[in-house]
Amino acid sequence: MRYSGLKVITEGLFGNKGWKPAWRNPAPKPAYDAIVIGGGGHGLSTAYYLAKNHGLTNIAVLEKGYLGGGNVGRNTTIVRANYFLPGNQEFYSHSLKLWEGLESELNYNVMHSQRGLINLFHSDGQRDAFARRGNAMITQGDDAILLDRDGVRELLPWLDFEQTRFPIYGGLLHPRGGTARHDAVAWGYARGADRRGVDLIQNCEVTGIDIEGGKVVGVQTTRGPIRAPKVGIVVAGRSSQVAAMAGMRLPIESHVLQAFVTEGLKPVINHVISFGMGHFYISQSDKGGLVFGGDLDFYASYAARGNLPMVEHVMEAGMTLMPMIGRARVLRSWGGIMDMSPDGSPIIDKTHVEGLYLDCGWNYGGFKAVPASGWCMAHLMATDTPHEVARRFRLDRFATGHLLDEEGTGSQHNLH
Amino acid sequence: MRLKCPLCGERDRREFYYSGAADYLSRPEAGAAPAAWDDYLHNRDNPAGVTRDLWYHEQGCAQWLVVTRNTVTHEITAVELVAGRAAE
Amino acid sequence: MRVEGKGIIDRSHPLRFTFDGKSYGGYRGDTLASALLANDVRLMGRSFKYHRPRGPLTAGSEEPNALVEIHGKTNQTPNVRATMLEVFDGLDVRSQNRMGTLKYDLLEVNDLLAPFLSAGFYYKTFMWPRAFWERVYEPVIRRAAGLGSLSGKHDEGVYEKAWAWCDLLVIGAGPTGLMAALTAARAGAQVILADENPLLGGRLVGDGGTLGGEPAAIWVAGVEAELRSMPNVRVMTRTTVTGAYDNGTFGALERVGLHRPARPNLPRECFWRIVAKRAVLGAGALERPIAFPDNDRPGILLTSAVRTYLNRFGVVPGRRVTIFDGSEAGRVLARELMAAGVQVAAIIDPRAEASGLEDCPVHLGAQVVGSRGRLGLRAITVRKGAETFEIETDCLAMSGGWNPSLHLTCHMNGRPRWSEDIMAFVPMEGAVPGLTAAGAAAGRFSTHAALGDGKAAATAALKDLGMAVPDLPLPAAEDAPYEPRALWDVGGEGRAWIDFANDVTTKDVRLAAKENYTSVEHMKRYTTQGMAPDQGKSSNVAALAVLADATGRSIADTGITTFRPPFVPVSIASMGAGGRGAGFAPQRFLTSDQASRDRGAPMIEAGLWYRPSYFPKPGETGWKEACDREVGWVRTAVGVADVSTLGKIDIQGRDAARFLDFVYTNTFSTLPVGRVRYGLMLREDGMVLDDGTTARLGENHFLMTTTTAAAGLVMRHLDFVHQAFCADWDLRFLSVTESWAQFAVAGPMARALLNATLDAPLGDLPFMGVTTVRVGGVEARLFRISFSGEEGYELAVPTRYGEALFRDLVGRAETMGGGPYGMEALNVLRIEKGFITHAEIHGRVTAFDIGMEKMVSAKKDCIGKAAAQRPGLTGPERQQLVGLKTHAPLTAGAHLFRPGAVVEPATDEGYVTSVCWSPTLNCWLALAFLADGRARHGEQIRLVDHLRDIDVTCEVTGPVFLDPDGGRMRA
Repeated sequence: MRYSGLKVITEGLFGNKGWKPAWRNPAPKPAYDAIVIGGGGHGLSTAYYLAKNHGLTNIAVLEKGYLGGGNVGRNTTIVRANYFLPGNQEFYSHSLKLWEGLESELNYNVMHSQRGLINLFHSDGQRDAFARRGNAMITQGDDAILLDRDGVRELLPWLDFEQTRFPIYGGLLHPRGGTARHDAVAWGYARGADRRGVDLIQNCEVTGIDIEGGKVVGVQTTRGPIRAPKVGIVVAGRSSQVAAMAGMRLPIESHVLQAFVTEGLKPVINHVISFGMGHFYISQSDKGGLVFGGDLDFYASYAARGNLPMVEHVMEAGMTLMPMIGRARVLRSWGGIMDMSPDGSPIIDKTHVEGLYLDCGWNYGGFKAVPASGWCMAHLMATDTPHEVARRFRLDRFATGHLLDEEGTGSQHNLH
Repeated sequence: MRLKCPLCGERDRREFYYSGAADYLSRPEAGAAPAAWDDYLHNRDNPAGVTRDLWYHEQGCAQWLVVTRNTVTHEITAVELVAGRAAE
Repeated sequence: MRVEGKGIIDRSHPLRFTFDGKSYGGYRGDTLASALLANDVRLMGRSFKYHRPRGPLTAGSEEPNALVEIHGKTNQTPNVRATMLEVFDGLDVRSQNRMGTLKYDLLEVNDLLAPFLSAGFYYKTFMWPRAFWERVYEPVIRRAAGLGSLSGKHDEGVYEKAWAWCDLLVIGAGPTGLMAALTAARAGAQVILADENPLLGGRLVGDGGTLGGEPAAIWVAGVEAELRSMPNVRVMTRTTVTGAYDNGTFGALERVGLHRPARPNLPRECFWRIVAKRAVLGAGALERPIAFPDNDRPGILLTSAVRTYLNRFGVVPGRRVTIFDGSEAGRVLARELMAAGVQVAAIIDPRAEASGLEDCPVHLGAQVVGSRGRLGLRAITVRKGAETFEIETDCLAMSGGWNPSLHLTCHMNGRPRWSEDIMAFVPMEGAVPGLTAAGAAAGRFSTHAALGDGKAAATAALKDLGMAVPDLPLPAAEDAPYEPRALWDVGGEGRAWIDFANDVTTKDVRLAAKENYTSVEHMKRYTTQGMAPDQGKSSNVAALAVLADATGRSIADTGITTFRPPFVPVSIASMGAGGRGAGFAPQRFLTSDQASRDRGAPMIEAGLWYRPSYFPKPGETGWKEACDREVGWVRTAVGVADVSTLGKIDIQGRDAARFLDFVYTNTFSTLPVGRVRYGLMLREDGMVLDDGTTARLGENHFLMTTTTAAAGLVMRHLDFVHQAFCADWDLRFLSVTESWAQFAVAGPMARALLNATLDAPLGDLPFMGVTTVRVGGVEARLFRISFSGEEGYELAVPTRYGEALFRDLVGRAETMGGGPYGMEALNVLRIEKGFITHAEIHGRVTAFDIGMEKMVSAKKDCIGKAAAQRPGLTGPERQQLVGLKTHAPLTAGAHLFRPGAVVEPATDEGYVTSVCWSPTLNCWLALAFLADGRARHGEQIRLVDHLRDIDVTCEVTGPVFLDPDGGRMRA
């Protein structure tokens, strides 16, 4: 079934009775050509591109809960390509290009909205660091504009330019940055993969990885064993546990990141705004809620919930930067489990087991990476060679020192 | 979240700084193989369950603490001084 | 309409407020909803999506419909529940989410378009043409969406945050909570009793009734008086416990000043952090609506709400009431209404087997299947067997049973359990450690059960805490068995609302199921059920039931979505209280701060510190002119700068030198007493952590300085290394940053200035020496170190003498043709000398990168040494520190390319970290990192800054531009 405005109208006229399931509920087959463990954004996009780009359609996605139930369904929906280190910049640039065609690619409106992202800076030193970043972005072919204080004021007149503890010196505007409707991304990829024949199997938890003679041969699941010569682990949030099934100890520590949404409000914030001094970022959803977040709670956690110190810190940051949001009320807070890596960048690589591939370590930047992560992971699984734009996301880079540390905070996992 | 500092008593989480798993206490000998350093600096068990991690009572007694804690429930079962561990 | 003789509002205090510009009367004790209903105003809002006319459904904080904006002199507050807003004189309220007037809302057209706006319709359209999303579709959607409006002005309201501690936190002051609080209070425990209403009593207030043979209000008043008289009890009304967090921490929002006209310094709200050893959840239960076609009209309320309006406010939301309720509560309401002289047109009781004997018509085995009335209810359609008939009514009370208010038990991931006994979810025991749900919140609904439960929960908590427990008698109370109800949806063709706030109907849930969004989370996210301001409080169970029905599963198997904090929405301003303006982070001021400001120096932020940027002179055009002048002073005469922000760590003990050898790359055990050495410190991962000088003041006594930015970081690092790896060493250290004020005195005339200042002339102090001197009779430390490249000293005195010394030094310097210099000049001076700051050591550079690999001693281990030897961290592909020189302006943040190369990522060879105009060398200088840079001195390199449109060619040099041999410093 193809979605369109016309279809919405004709269905509406006939009582919305003709809509078809967005995806099937297949029973797991005994064997597949490839298995993707994890039905989140990255797993679903991996499956989609395996089918679409590489013609691998006899494949399955195994999801222990429901599709899109991980971080793709609990984030602040920001999409951007504003990295400055080689390795990251080309990857996120590629991802943003995929985002820009995603609606027509998937025939699903993921509401990718390029409303512009503004990173504020508060000292000459920060301006210089953002200038380095902005220049790297432009060299990469992406867009960036350095705004001075008046330039920021023109776009965001309601920021507190007089009183903030860290006065606003200016901002780096990334016009192609923006947001997308997070659930729709998972659902769009799920529907697209399903339409290409991929079996999406929910409530199917992988409990073991079968390895024979150094090669992967399948997985054990709560719905029985399934054989496959290629298995991709795409389970950010649980990477350490699943990798341990193959005897691996990953450079990952899991942390909780909280996010918040307010009650619906008429449009008041049109950009995505990031306030580095306060670790605060905010946008307004199409439904009207202010969606915002801050830093990690900083302690290792799988609880998917946080505590008040960071809640209050985030609110205080909001109040010092933009006191006009004071009377908006926080409706809901939630926490996601972040795969924090020792340099803040992800891993898309082969493992020591032949046929076993790893896609993890997305820190808290995984949402915007969904298209390119799937694209590159599919390329790796299908061809056994890394995709050009993901070739630096190696598992052994910590051992070799070829680091991708945008924050410059080093090997402490929670500082990225 | 509250931690019971062995020196200061129960205090709110915001007095403490967190650095990561207690693996970081097991520093390889000088001259250890690169793999040992890689493991020490980067690789973690990262359990979904009981773990031991390092906290610093930065706004209190400046002691580093080993906290035995469940990463799923956040239950804290022990808090010990890092310095005390060495004296044992 | 108002009913005489009913309600506990204060009729001796009439007051006036406006709604949409029209003035209305009310009484103290009214909410906006009760006062408007008393004035026969039922229409209070418009729904989110279809803009349906709406009035209050409830009388509490779970209200989904009656959301309004409060307008004040300076600001406005959106999305306020009319059911919780207490009216006061002068209150100015306006309806929201409408285009036009509340009665004639142009967006009501959405209701006509409803067939095309089914669940998730937006995922299926608005995709073509692509550019239309941001330009056309999305702006239209955004304007239509949202509820109330922010003003866009700074919120100038006063907000507070506070802490409280107790043995027992009692959440909710209904019969459960009152009994729990009383039990604990009499035991002598520290008790906090919090309730979101202005009155204690919970449902006892709304239901009336008797307790211990007397009106419930008398019992409540007695308990309240006792609790308020006890010093170990804090009664917090208008306080909603909003979240349960780890280790007995709860968040709570107190509405301090929202029920009265604004006054200066009266906080609007206070956000509490309550730390409780134990807690009792006595939050009661929330009544469920029933889904039937057009069940959302103004005038259709919950049974409990109608009872509350009658008994608490003396208000009936109509004149001809009908009741759709299959429980005894519906009958009680009918009798109460009739006793108050209100006409009850009919009771529609879905039970076939129930008493038909009331003083009004009773339709047994009947259901309401429709309604009409554009802006308010005018009639309902009733179906009884095969027969369908209409009843004229302007107020329908409905009840689909009750849900325990277990929300807080879910905040730490507790999953509620479905109970077939009460057809509702009940809390998981132990879901929040230390918290016990009791009474209706635990699914035990009678007043008797609530009282007993409250007492039992408090008793158990006290025993846990080792406290003696008094045995309180329970007052006699109603103990009717609860009649579980499972009437979610009467069916039929029309749209029957489940989630009033987000306009989700039973059809939407069924559509989600049809499209295979069958996980409860998928259904929620696809239909948006439960995502509105009420977070599904009244809709969750019905939605699950409809989904369960549509998918052929049981409700228990369908599961439930998670309730997350906060229980009710909490303003950003209250949780962020104290963060406004300068309150966001501590401010640290130098002892010379006032002296610098006196001289007109603009102060800039340096970490948490404020430092002078430059010291302007009359006639100068800006910072650059002042900076050049100040640099000139240091190069030719003498300058004075406050450098107290540098971290200072006093290190003592027999193993102090050994410790420094371990944390620094270079060796300090060989440093003679009275000498200073530059040290480089790595992180364990091999990157440069910090640099600075350390002085040996005695055999076992060192003073380490750190950079301003890394002072705290280094202290933490030293504590770790000490406690983790060498706790048994004889070693103590302490931050003394704030104990000393320290001033750089630099320039060819520095020694002359010191000789004029010190009590005795300075003897022979070699470069990198330290000595004790006296100034004005005060013992001071003098270090001969230089961050400018000139003969330089740093003079340190106890903090209390800092300002006086600074003023004195500056005054003397000025008589010598010099004066104070600020951060701008300091930066130029250090760039000319190639000294690095955190602009260069930004966390990604190694000692190798900055040309200091020789400072990593081969003779000893040190922190970071092993990891720095990783292959990726050495070699020509690394970008290395270089100098750049040219006559055109340079910018930091620019990137470096080979002249003639195509500008693309693959040819990007480095970037610029620091730049300055050098008045000493008359050219632009930069420090930069360039691939294999040390091998490329003398080459030309192209500097490209796309952002600022700069493209210049520079000469690559060593990073030290001035006096590379250091002759001036040693002079």
